[in-house]
Amino acid sequence: MDWHQLWTIVSLPDNIPIVGMLFIIPFFTWYGLRQAFANDRLLERLEADKDLAKTHHRKAQPFQKGWAREVAVWPFLLRMEFLAAVIVTIILMVWSITLDAPLEEPANPSLTMNPSKAPWYFLGLQEMLVYFDPWIAGVLMPTLIIIGLIVIPYIDENPLGNGYYTYKQRRFAIWTFIFGFIILWCSMIVIGTLIRGPGWMWFWPGMTWDHNRLIFEINRDLHEIVGITSQPWIGIFGGVVVGGFVTVAGYACHRIIVATEFTRKILDRMSLLQYAILQGLLIIMLALPVKIAARLLFRIKYVWVTPWFNV
Amino acid sequence: MADTNRTDEAKKAAPTGANGSGNGARTVLGVRIDPQEVKKKALIDLNAVKEPTKTEVYKSIFRVKHDETARSRTLGVLSNVFLHLHPAKVNRDAVRYNFTWGMGGISFYLFWVLTWTGVLLMFYYHPTKVQAFRDILYLEHDVPFGKLLRNMHRWAAHAMVLTVQLHMFRVFLTGSYKKPRQFNWSVGVILLVLTLLLSFTGYLLPDDQLGFWAVTVGTNMARATPMLGHEGPFGPQMGMTPFNDVRFALLGGSIVDANALLRAYIWHCIAIPGFAATFMIVHFWRVRKDGGISGPAPVMLEREIKPVRR
Repeated sequence: MDWHQLWTIVSLPDNIPIVGMLFIIPFFTWYGLRQAFANDRLLERLEADKDLAKTHHRKAQPFQKGWAREVAVWPFLLRMEFLAAVIVTIILMVWSITLDAPLEEPANPSLTMNPSKAPWYFLGLQEMLVYFDPWIAGVLMPTLIIIGLIVIPYIDENPLGNGYYTYKQRRFAIWTFIFGFIILWCSMIVIGTLIRGPGWMWFWPGMTWDHNRLIFEINRDLHEIVGITSQPWIGIFGGVVVGGFVTVAGYACHRIIVATEFTRKILDRMSLLQYAILQGLLIIMLALPVKIAARLLFRIKYVWVTPWFNV
Repeated sequence: MADTNRTDEAKKAAPTGANGSGNGARTVLGVRIDPQEVKKKALIDLNAVKEPTKTEVYKSIFRVKHDETARSRTLGVLSNVFLHLHPAKVNRDAVRYNFTWGMGGISFYLFWVLTWTGVLLMFYYHPTKVQAFRDILYLEHDVPFGKLLRNMHRWAAHAMVLTVQLHMFRVFLTGSYKKPRQFNWSVGVILLVLTLLLSFTGYLLPDDQLGFWAVTVGTNMARATPMLGHEGPFGPQMGMTPFNDVRFALLGGSIVDANALLRAYIWHCIAIPGFAATFMIVHFWRVRKDGGISGPAPVMLEREIKPVRR
């Protein structure tokens, strides 16, 4: 256990946001879900008692007769905003006085940094370079992430949970987002920052970043394992495998979409186009952990090799 | 002749007035001076210092009384240009920290911090290969509070990337992107991308090893853009070379050099902040137009779902 190495990585000023993220993201996940569960308990009471549903003010927050439903922005909201600005300023001041922004030697194209890392918020994408070719990890995936985020409101046909925390009414949406945001985006950033060392090799926390380390591993393409040696059979085989994955993943996603009576009701509300976009995004999102597992567990580099592109 | 008459009258009136009141008013060079009058007027000005809110100057600036009546509170927000994006009143539970986490507002505040520290940094920075790195050294060692300035710019940038993501997380968990706020969520995603791009373009500016290699790694991915990059699928078939593909356009060359530095500088200081500010205007405007902050809204029951209209 090389505590010094661990400390060197963790205490790097530029890594503070990632170390902070290790605590902040779980905290806010808990903080949001706690309120969601509080609302879910209220929902259960209201579902069970029709009379209560008519008279209750339908919030987990307490409310008494005679209280105003709205409060004046000045002073009740503006003082909170002012307070928040003061607190943020104090945090920034302390942070800026105690920790210095990193400055390396002058840029030198002939001296490659090892490891040379992108800014921390792009390390998830850089980590994906291990599993996919750059045109997927660096171009296609970011584009799809942006498009996928933009279309969320247009494919989510569940009218419940509009403006309040709830888990019960939006299980599928919340799990999808947590999977994409925390499991894929955040944890890949953490891996890229804290785990990946020289040569972008995997160093467990506490391992020394040995610049002379060599890993002898043979990454094979899937068709080599199967024993196909010549095109066009390689390409056809890969296409069949990828097509098989799409079919299986699409079927699995569909089973989740129609899992309960409620989700079936939501599916009925969706147009064919909405369903197709949802399925497409889900399948591509699932392809990521599948390819990661194939690469890390079975040392498979490509599953689909063609003369023009490799997947 | 008229002038003579008036002087005569003044001469006659002055002593009479003085004698009548007996308070020592005199006429100096034809101007009547009454100490009591002057004192009375001076007191008016002095009282104005005691109660500045009653002066015309104050009223002309603020126009609204600063008291605790509902009317004054409302007008205080609505008639102030910096506060007018706020509604006069909000949902009583919306001011609690636990619903919004305050992340959107904090992101906006950090954007302001970054704008101000950024403008101050621009006074000391030249986007040229010769001077960029030296300017950072100068900032760190010679400029008063230069190090603090640079540190604050960098940490505020990191913090903003985090708060923007947390804001998005909160908006998702509360379902605030649902009707009628769908479009504003999309605008928010654009703002997220612009935040990341702002941070990324700023990374190169110190012109040190860290920024140089980070941007090299980042822009190398652009080589692999399908059709538009010289190493991407169908790129060579489209006639792409290292000297005409999308990476060349980003860097202003085939390597990260002086042109890339200048381009990063202009994107970072002018173009992207301009786009971000524009989208922010739309974002905040739409928050109000779409009915203000989404909640905490009364919960809706499953049996209350209305059939979809097509």
